[in-house]
Amino acid sequence: MKNTHIATKVNGDSVEFTCEPDETLLEVLRNRLGLTGTKEGCGTGDCGACSVLVNGRLVCSCLVLAVETQGAEVSTIEGMASGDGLHILQQTFIDHAALQCGICTPGILVAAKALLDKNPSPTESELRFWLAGNLCRCTGYDKIINAVQAAAEKMRAA
Amino acid sequence: MVAVTLWGTMRQYANDQEKVEVQAATFKELCDALIRDYPGMQPQIERGVSLAIDGRIYKEAWFTPISADSEVVLMPFMQGG
Amino acid sequence: MNDVSKIRKFKQVGTRPARPDGDDKVTGRALYGADTVAPGMLMAAVLRSPHAHAQIVSIDISAALAHDGVKAVVTGADLVAQSEGSLRDIQENCLATTRVLYDGHAVAAVAALTLKAAQEALKLIKVEYSALPHVIEVDDAMRADAPIVQSGRALENVPAGFSQNVTYHCQFGHGDLDVGFALADEIVTRSFKTAATHQGYIEPHACLAQMTTDGKAELWCCTQGQYNVRDICSALLGLEGSQLRVTASEIGGGFGGKTNVFIEPLALALSRKSGRPVKLVMSRSEVFRATGPTVSSSIDVKIGMTRDGRITAGRAELRYSGGAFPNETVSMGAQSAFAAYDMAAVETLGWNVLTNRPKEAAYRAPGAPMAIYAVESVVDELAQILNLDPIDVRLKNAARKGTKSSYGPTFDDVGLVATLEAAKAHPHYQAPLGPNQGRGLSAGFWFNFGGNTCVSLNVNTDGTISVIEGNPDIGGSRASISLMAAEELGVPYEKIRTIIADTASLGHNDITDGSRVTFSVGLATIKAAQDAIQKMCGRAAQIWGIDADAVTWEDGAAVPAGENAGKFPPLSLAEIAAVSFETGGPIAGHFEVNADGAGVSFGVHLCDAEVDHETGATKILRYTVFQDAGRAVHPSYVEGQMQGGAAQGIGWALNEEYIYGKDGRLQNSGFLDYRIPVASDLPRIDTVILEIPNPGHPYGVRGVGETPIVPPLGAVSNAVSRAIGKRLSQLPMSPPRILQAILKG
Repeated sequence: MKNTHIATKVNGDSVEFTCEPDETLLEVLRNRLGLTGTKEGCGTGDCGACSVLVNGRLVCSCLVLAVETQGAEVSTIEGMASGDGLHILQQTFIDHAALQCGICTPGILVAAKALLDKNPSPTESELRFWLAGNLCRCTGYDKIINAVQAAAEKMRAA
Repeated sequence: MVAVTLWGTMRQYANDQEKVEVQAATFKELCDALIRDYPGMQPQIERGVSLAIDGRIYKEAWFTPISADSEVVLMPFMQGG
Repeated sequence: MNDVSKIRKFKQVGTRPARPDGDDKVTGRALYGADTVAPGMLMAAVLRSPHAHAQIVSIDISAALAHDGVKAVVTGADLVAQSEGSLRDIQENCLATTRVLYDGHAVAAVAALTLKAAQEALKLIKVEYSALPHVIEVDDAMRADAPIVQSGRALENVPAGFSQNVTYHCQFGHGDLDVGFALADEIVTRSFKTAATHQGYIEPHACLAQMTTDGKAELWCCTQGQYNVRDICSALLGLEGSQLRVTASEIGGGFGGKTNVFIEPLALALSRKSGRPVKLVMSRSEVFRATGPTVSSSIDVKIGMTRDGRITAGRAELRYSGGAFPNETVSMGAQSAFAAYDMAAVETLGWNVLTNRPKEAAYRAPGAPMAIYAVESVVDELAQILNLDPIDVRLKNAARKGTKSSYGPTFDDVGLVATLEAAKAHPHYQAPLGPNQGRGLSAGFWFNFGGNTCVSLNVNTDGTISVIEGNPDIGGSRASISLMAAEELGVPYEKIRTIIADTASLGHNDITDGSRVTFSVGLATIKAAQDAIQKMCGRAAQIWGIDADAVTWEDGAAVPAGENAGKFPPLSLAEIAAVSFETGGPIAGHFEVNADGAGVSFGVHLCDAEVDHETGATKILRYTVFQDAGRAVHPSYVEGQMQGGAAQGIGWALNEEYIYGKDGRLQNSGFLDYRIPVASDLPRIDTVILEIPNPGHPYGVRGVGETPIVPPLGAVSNAVSRAIGKRLSQLPMSPPRILQAILKG
């Protein structure tokens, strides 16, 4: 297969790469761009560990072809903190012990931020159903819910 | 002499007794004594056994002291995950 | 050991500081098994058997080797043949030599310039198989006419006359069962079946291996035990342990499933052959097919009870299968089955049976969940028949200090009665239930381990502390270790940095398993701190010109021990550290031990469930976990273990199972059809931590990680059974099974 040249934006930075037509965005992020914060848990869109935003839309990057990002804006976990300061969500996750092994955490943070950006006051039920696509095996989700609700409250007050 | 409680499938090597008496003052001496007195136990003991001494489980420490009036229970080697 | 009956006032233990790896994990900076690269790295892929059972007639790798980009191909012949025993089984499991024993069993591996080239090369490897009959279900595999998975593997404790698939037999108990059952007013006999489940860690196994031409090797992998990986890989590759340095990455979940070795020897062998670093990452499907699920089980339980709720006799027969290689997990099940009860007459029998399934690995309290599920279901059924309060029945029979346990030893102080009383007093137990709703409870138990542990503690000249330990952090243990070091030294938590060493940098540490880390590594850290304190007191004594035993340690500083020692103001740790070069050199403490004395951990779970009679779907309405932690060093992480274990147990009870086709192939090797709980499946999981200190630990710590997966199976099953008015006896209680039970009338 012939490689394609792609120009896109990742976390606000202009980025160019070549890739094969059947390479996923997840593969390109991890293997070509060195952005290993986005994780592969299943490769089939069932676990959400690879969650990113493409043009503001929450997607599983293992189900997006890298060539689809031509001219698009991609947001990954690496773009969540700014400079030397964590995003409120990242801080509340630490404060509320909302992670144990942490492998699902990048995907859940990206997904949670996507929710709060469009719905600043989700109910617990709305939050749980929104995060249903992000599997966590360690926490039972309890402290994750606490952390997101705490962040939502802080973000509403800001 | 120390009284050792055996688990069910080990009793067949000691004439179906639930408890046997052996001469031993440490974990290793006890294992060696059991093998000497009841050779049928050798394969299991060589694979590994643990001891519960007065309610506390000792996994494999040879020099764990055992006093004559301790409750000693032979147990399969502990495994976890 | 410290006298924990004196209530010590802890200053930092019991607080909830931020974990040291928090920032790295919330930013994506933390490096897991698949996150590293090396110059010249090759990518590897593994060829796996499509048959449940087959003879390998021949393997021809020539076309694969010739494929563009391929640098090395390995088969079973490339691993050093081990003599019989568990190492041989691991070797055969990593790469089959003569026969494949389950769908997914590895037969060859390829390393190439790209993953794509490696995967293409797999298709070019010609393997000629001769299919053999297979057997999947444990009871089928026990029959005399069952296809034989492996012959000659039965241990001496298996009686004559059984299929060669029966490899292990054990028996525990005491008392006279006949007398006991004769005393009962009510006897229930029931048979249960549980399916194999998987630990379900979200991170697939991954490693990066580098062997150099001088025979040294480096291995980066996600593992619960880097020393174990080193020992096994050294044997399989013919290396000395000191020549192989294994570094544990951050780990994306383990739960016991990453205590074994599956792909690491393949990556090392490929690296040796190609002369280049090799990265090998398992796909999700490979993880399900070819790592280590739990045993599947078939269990018979018989319990007798008097009218007022006293258990008079109990018997359980457990038939477990841990796949195609022998194991003794059933002994843990047989010992733990009745552990919560004071039994005058009890007998448990266990059998291990081979089937054509992947080689079992531990999953949080291995062997116990299914055994206790069966016993707790029958106890609950008896309570229901006799119209007795389920908690009162447990209390009436609960093991306590002085009880002769069902597995032999007499219990010291254990927390079961306290957890049962806490459950009874909790508002959850009094909350009203609506239609189609049921409340279930179960007690649970695990032994917990100590084990081989080394800790090194260095006092830096700026007054900060480096703690070096060797156990991968799967639950937040670095925070707890740092807390214990801070507490013992009397310095703020923020001054401590705890890291996990590779195998070359610290002595042997047993695997992170058995709920052992907070207990053993904590104990060793406290002792290492005491060692450092003794040295710092010695320095202070020299500075003051007094005897070393005239100095003691208080609130993070050396102080004269009493009036006669002299009037010197305290010398803080930082002050002593600052002049360490001038007073004798760098200061460090260390401690090595094979720790015993880990206390058992009891738990009780309460579960309210509602069943939809049209779909058979179960909704968990409310869930509360009660557990004895001995001493909760970092309560958030103790709660985390309780909640996480409960969630896994709920999944196990309601949905998770390995589904095999008639061809013996796994049908649901992905997260879509192997359904683990998602956020919308679960309610809040409330936690109540009790603290009955363990006399075997300086701070009273008990392991807590494994016990929480034990009660959910019984608690959920009892809740669902009461909700629909029928006893269920098979896990998982998926909607079709519940519907069938409802409709059976």
